[in-house]
Amino acid sequence: MSTPVPARANAPERYYNYAYLDEQTKRMIRRSILKALAIPGYQVPFGSREMPVPYGWGTGGIQLTAAIIGPDDVYKCIDQGADDTTNAVSIRRFFANVADVATTEDTGEATIIQTRHRIPEKPLKAGQVLIYQVPQPEPLRGLEARETETRAMHAYEEYGLQYVSLYENISAYGRIAATAGYPVMVEERYLMSPSPIPKFDNPKMAQNEAVMLFGAGREKRIYAVPPFTRVRSLDFEDYPFETQTWEETCALCGAKDSYLDEVILDDAGDKMFVCSDSHHCAERRAAGHVGPMAGHTLDQDAALKEPAQ
Amino acid sequence: MSVATLDLSRIAPAFADPVRESQAVFREVMECMARPGRITRFDRAPQAPTGLGQAAGAVALTLFDFETLVWLDPALADSEAEAWLRFHCGCPLTVQAQDAAFAIVTDMAKAPNLAVFNQGDAKYPDRSTTVILQVASLEGGPTVTLSGPGIQTTTDIAPQGLPQDFWTQIETNQAQFQFGVDVLLVAGDQLLALPRTTTAQIKGG
Repeated sequence: MSTPVPARANAPERYYNYAYLDEQTKRMIRRSILKALAIPGYQVPFGSREMPVPYGWGTGGIQLTAAIIGPDDVYKCIDQGADDTTNAVSIRRFFANVADVATTEDTGEATIIQTRHRIPEKPLKAGQVLIYQVPQPEPLRGLEARETETRAMHAYEEYGLQYVSLYENISAYGRIAATAGYPVMVEERYLMSPSPIPKFDNPKMAQNEAVMLFGAGREKRIYAVPPFTRVRSLDFEDYPFETQTWEETCALCGAKDSYLDEVILDDAGDKMFVCSDSHHCAERRAAGHVGPMAGHTLDQDAALKEPAQ
Repeated sequence: MSVATLDLSRIAPAFADPVRESQAVFREVMECMARPGRITRFDRAPQAPTGLGQAAGAVALTLFDFETLVWLDPALADSEAEAWLRFHCGCPLTVQAQDAAFAIVTDMAKAPNLAVFNQGDAKYPDRSTTVILQVASLEGGPTVTLSGPGIQTTTDIAPQGLPQDFWTQIETNQAQFQFGVDVLLVAGDQLLALPRTTTAQIKGG
């Protein structure tokens, strides 16, 4: 009795189509992507399918990836900047399995980067596609609940309400309080939600060299920002747009200019600030950059080198 | 538009591996739509029947299906190309330019004005027609400078065999944004995209 040879991942006897979606669904999504690129910032309705993860886990981004991915792609998936969180690992394994692609944590070598709530620190380049997972594609939804109304507001460029909302922020808090999902204007025409990325990342959207696609699975919308497109974060002349800054540096790699996450270490309130972009941080540490808490047990590479004593 | 039974013996083959090949074609079309003026080649796409080039055929096989109403140039009526599209894509055909999701124009001498196609709805500008114009060549014609989203500064193209007033039509099309058609220029196995956001300036014009 010979042991059965396990089917290769791309063998024809697999039970699903290449990249999970059927071809007709891919064509429908592909047509939506082309229209989204032709009308930057405009939300194209599409026939979102049920995916093997619940809504809210990145079904929009997964469907976009499935519609464009090919066997020559190198796929990276991040969640809040990190390659090693549960959702990112699961989605990466999903595409390694259903699309036979190479996966990577290296921002530079990836051709498709699917992201939840961050833009990588390393500047993207031509040939890369950044796919955002979007929970709520409609920037005006918090101000106007009816889709019929918000669609008309976009159609007639009726964005006064958004500015009133920002103004109310200033009168209440003395500043524009939004820190994530900060609304942007694309090519001075369509108001767009950048997805819940920190406003720290907003400036990276403007004139970016990569193709940026946004997918909202539950809300059934696709939108896009082509490369070299004007993307402006809303502000007022006397209250200009500002990004977050930190007095701390990354505890592990010492980075002064990256987006930092605050990590509580114990019940005594000790904490550390670390780069949210895990690959950026690892790359800096590998290059010899040292932060004030380098070698901490949360520094995975150091932990691997020196087993716990 | 005949409803006669298709003569299968006269229908040329399409993609040998539809899944992989349509993905590869789409990625190129997507990059072209994202970067207007960028020229791509589909030299490994199947030979389409007389009247259609490799690029036009590859785009059709990749994007057309039963959901897309296609306006086909009258020059292709009852041709092998029409039968090929009907068989491989299963796309319904229409003579109403206004209803078409896609249009294929091959006879430049009688090319309809871009304004006859669906320009989209104020609330749904994505419903406009994508017009595939098959011209003599994408090179060697008068130089036109493009700018707009997807183009860092400007980029030059020089397609040949376009209708005389084509760039005026593109100007009108661009000026009415968010309305407008999106154009794919194809010649043989080559393709470039002119989405409605692109501004064109004839050099020296």
